[in-house]
Amino acid sequence: MTPALTPALSDVAFAFILALLLLAPLAIAGVALINTGLGRSRSAAQALLGSVAIMAAAVIVFALVGSAWVGGAGHSFQLAGKSWNWLGASPFFLSGLGSASPQSQLGLLFELLAVAMAALIPWGSGMDRWRLMAGCAAAAVLAFAVFPLTAHWIWGGGWLSQLGINFGLGAGFLDGGGAATVHVLGGLSALAVVWIAGSRKGKFPKEGLATAMPGHNAVYVVFGCLLALVGWQAWNVAGAILWLHVAPGALAVTAVNTLLSAAAALAATFAVTQIRFGKPDASLCANGWLAGLVASSACAGLITPAEALLVGLVAGIVTPLMVELLELALSIDDPSGAITVHAAGGLWGLLAAGFFAPQPGQLVAQLVGIAALLGIVLPLVYLLFWLLNRAVPFRVDPDGERIGMDLHELGGGAYPEFVIHRDESYR
Amino acid sequence: MKYAGLLVMPAGFFLSLAALILFPAPGPRAAFVLCGLAVEGMGLAVAVRGHMEARGDRRP
Repeated sequence: MTPALTPALSDVAFAFILALLLLAPLAIAGVALINTGLGRSRSAAQALLGSVAIMAAAVIVFALVGSAWVGGAGHSFQLAGKSWNWLGASPFFLSGLGSASPQSQLGLLFELLAVAMAALIPWGSGMDRWRLMAGCAAAAVLAFAVFPLTAHWIWGGGWLSQLGINFGLGAGFLDGGGAATVHVLGGLSALAVVWIAGSRKGKFPKEGLATAMPGHNAVYVVFGCLLALVGWQAWNVAGAILWLHVAPGALAVTAVNTLLSAAAALAATFAVTQIRFGKPDASLCANGWLAGLVASSACAGLITPAEALLVGLVAGIVTPLMVELLELALSIDDPSGAITVHAAGGLWGLLAAGFFAPQPGQLVAQLVGIAALLGIVLPLVYLLFWLLNRAVPFRVDPDGERIGMDLHELGGGAYPEFVIHRDESYR
Repeated sequence: MKYAGLLVMPAGFFLSLAALILFPAPGPRAAFVLCGLAVEGMGLAVAVRGHMEARGDRRP
């Protein structure tokens, strides 16, 4: 559990944060719906069931084991006269939760939602070829080892949060809404999954450009964006109180910034796709909207509305271009765009928090945090997933990929009254 | 090649960490942290390149 980091909460504040955290799962629902809509119709049931199963696996493992490594004074070593706290140590199996401080209880609920979201993000990138069991196992690995490590460093009093005290770098690494612990971690995990599972069959033919494999339901995708907005605003405001200790008078600004960032990102992606393709692209616009929300996770509680517009604008311009770059130039088959939206969007938000925060040294603190995410988290996740792939193969067999994940893994399709075309019928 | 790139990335992180300890002045510290990030970027580029080559070999 997370230690009490702030002055005691009043009953009203406790109830307010709890209400926000009860709305936050809408962000997860939105992402799950977007992922499902961006996949193929013959894998839709597996995609949505997988989202729920992955959340369940992550939450159970985190509650039983992972949460013990997030909070508490934990393990530290001395280097150059400074204390480097790298791992938490609190009771396993959530022992003592009932008697813990209100902050600790709310912090734990926040972390449970965060680990569910972080584990869900790579699921979208592995769609149409990643086996359900392997997805759940990967979620368990993230919840067991990687998420607790990252969350302790940033939220649990670890070395990144202490950069301000130890080295005079602003207020230490700041991440109110989980841009690093949730989105960059999830996005980098998505990259590891794509590297290990490989691309979908037929995505990159021997000659010519990559094959377009559009999502099967734009309505799911766009409705997911609307759901995500509600959850994200609750998430960012709750995070601003719990981790950034934002004053009550500034909480409305946090929510406004979240909305402005998403809106500016959508407008920018709309314009970029209109210019590039002659018409706005629904799935890319959804990705842009989500990238704006992700970027706001890092900085919504720290910046002004004008700066939030700028943050969203940059996220919205970069997103469609990077999706195209990854697919066409770098041969990375990411159906949901999670690497761009969550990893790149999160990194941009963290950087923006450093640019716009008033404290001197904050930008360097954010850069050190980004260095930790790229230099430690990505290789660690890749190593763990690579080992896991030996025990629980990630990729479905070719026949399963041909008939679709729904029939292969669940025995029935998501849309049984419709005929699902086979690959052969596309000729 | 992918593994080489992934091994380079922690080296970049340790460079950034070393900057905190070795350089108390803000300017050199920020510059050294950026150097560490640049090394990580190179490692990532090598890893991505390795992925592209491996995919090219497996094309039908």
